[in-house]
Amino acid sequence: MTRYFTKDHEWIDVAGDTGTVGITDYAQGQLGDITFVELPAVGTAVGKGDAVAVVDSVKAASDVYTPVSGTVSDVNGALEGEPELVNTDAEVAGWLFRLTLGDPSELAALLDQAAYEAYIAEL
Amino acid sequence: MSQDSSPDSAGFPDDDETAGPPAALTLPLDQWHRARGARMVEFAGYWMPVQYGGEGGGIIAEHLWTRESAGLFDVSHMGQLTVSGKQAADALETLLPGDIAALKPGRLRYSLLLADDGGILDDLMVTNRGDHYFLVVNGATKWDDIGHLRENLPDAITLNHLDEHGLLALQGPRAATVLARLGLAPARPDAPGLADLSFMQAAPFLWQGRPLGVSRSGYTGEDGFEFSVRGEDIAALADALCAEAEVRPIGLGARDSLRLEAGLPLYGHDLTERTDPVSAGLAFAISKRRRAEGGFPGAERIGKLLADGAPAVRVGLSLDGRMAAREGAAVLAGEREAGLVTSGGFSPSLGHPIAMAYVDAAQAAPGTRLELDNRGRRLSATVVPLPFVPHRYHR
Repeated sequence: MTRYFTKDHEWIDVAGDTGTVGITDYAQGQLGDITFVELPAVGTAVGKGDAVAVVDSVKAASDVYTPVSGTVSDVNGALEGEPELVNTDAEVAGWLFRLTLGDPSELAALLDQAAYEAYIAEL
Repeated sequence: MSQDSSPDSAGFPDDDETAGPPAALTLPLDQWHRARGARMVEFAGYWMPVQYGGEGGGIIAEHLWTRESAGLFDVSHMGQLTVSGKQAADALETLLPGDIAALKPGRLRYSLLLADDGGILDDLMVTNRGDHYFLVVNGATKWDDIGHLRENLPDAITLNHLDEHGLLALQGPRAATVLARLGLAPARPDAPGLADLSFMQAAPFLWQGRPLGVSRSGYTGEDGFEFSVRGEDIAALADALCAEAEVRPIGLGARDSLRLEAGLPLYGHDLTERTDPVSAGLAFAISKRRRAEGGFPGAERIGKLLADGAPAVRVGLSLDGRMAAREGAAVLAGEREAGLVTSGGFSPSLGHPIAMAYVDAAQAAPGTRLELDNRGRRLSATVVPLPFVPHRYHR
């Protein structure tokens, strides 16, 4: 499994043709207490960079963009009752949705862990 | 991921890469906040703590702590002004709709700085300090307020900006118990003690020889106190208060959610130059004598609104579901636009989203079901009376 990142603070784990997407721990720290997560419907076809989920914090609502195109295959149902999982475990249990990759070549444009860490160190 | 809206300009650091307004200033407690893990944001031209780090930090935890125990807020960005001179009350009454002449020494009152058309330039607190009036105005509007007051007060009236004073607020059900331990002494033999202060009363005190202007007031709906304190003394006072187990520092984020639950409007959002006191539900700030006599800016228009009712009024909305409506969301009655959300967010005390909105008078009765268009999503809401969470003032 390989993890990639975006400069918009999403992560995606890729295993075969399936990607699992969430927001980074850095992002959840910036947002503060998360009170609601709106997830896409399973089966939705999404294009790279589309706003497909919303993370609502006490302060503000934030769009989550899908790092790559594909078709949504699963969503994290646990977030309905426990949106705070995105705060406590953003990069594991707080995942948002899975998708079947539409074009795996899009992954090449994403950041790896080291590049993302270097990027947020500059923020 | 991108942040869509924020009441406090707390965005990702790359939000301001273009040349914007002048760099934010630091307040006397800047380092004090940073040492407590505060996330600092630019607000009203100052670096301010939006929330703290570590144990007990975060907007929801800070909010609930204030409702259950006591929270300390640094609101030193606000403007502290004194107005003195003969007939200062009469002079203020030409600019505010409150009965300043009837305000007794040691009492404070909520009032409004009004434009000629009755629009709200700012909301403020006026305290009668015996030999002068003390005004606390909003941070974002203080420079405009000072200009407006200088231009409109007669030359015989002296306006002083206490720009070397900070302002702290201690809020919550344990505030009085905690403050009683600090050993504040009345500043004058005839001045009341802490225990004598009720909601909207003020008195001068000495704390370890340092002068403190104390009022029993605040912006959370809880019992509590506000302290006008010299900049050089503020860190010592903040340390002494936070040394008490019941007290934690609270950031601007929770200040906003607390005031929203308390139904208290926020200038620049729920109140603007385009809103008038009657529509805003602030008719209580226009005293009976002033209604009869007039003589304040916009008196004619406001008198008409009082008599006929305002076409749209500020109401509370309780939202279904978990998604919060934000400032700018349209209010819909059926498919017809019936108003605008001016503040909204998740209520930590109630566990669901709430909002304030201006809605057409016909849709303003408690129990009315409305829809909101929040960034293209339809949310359902019910009009409810304000405040959302009952006030617990010490009367």
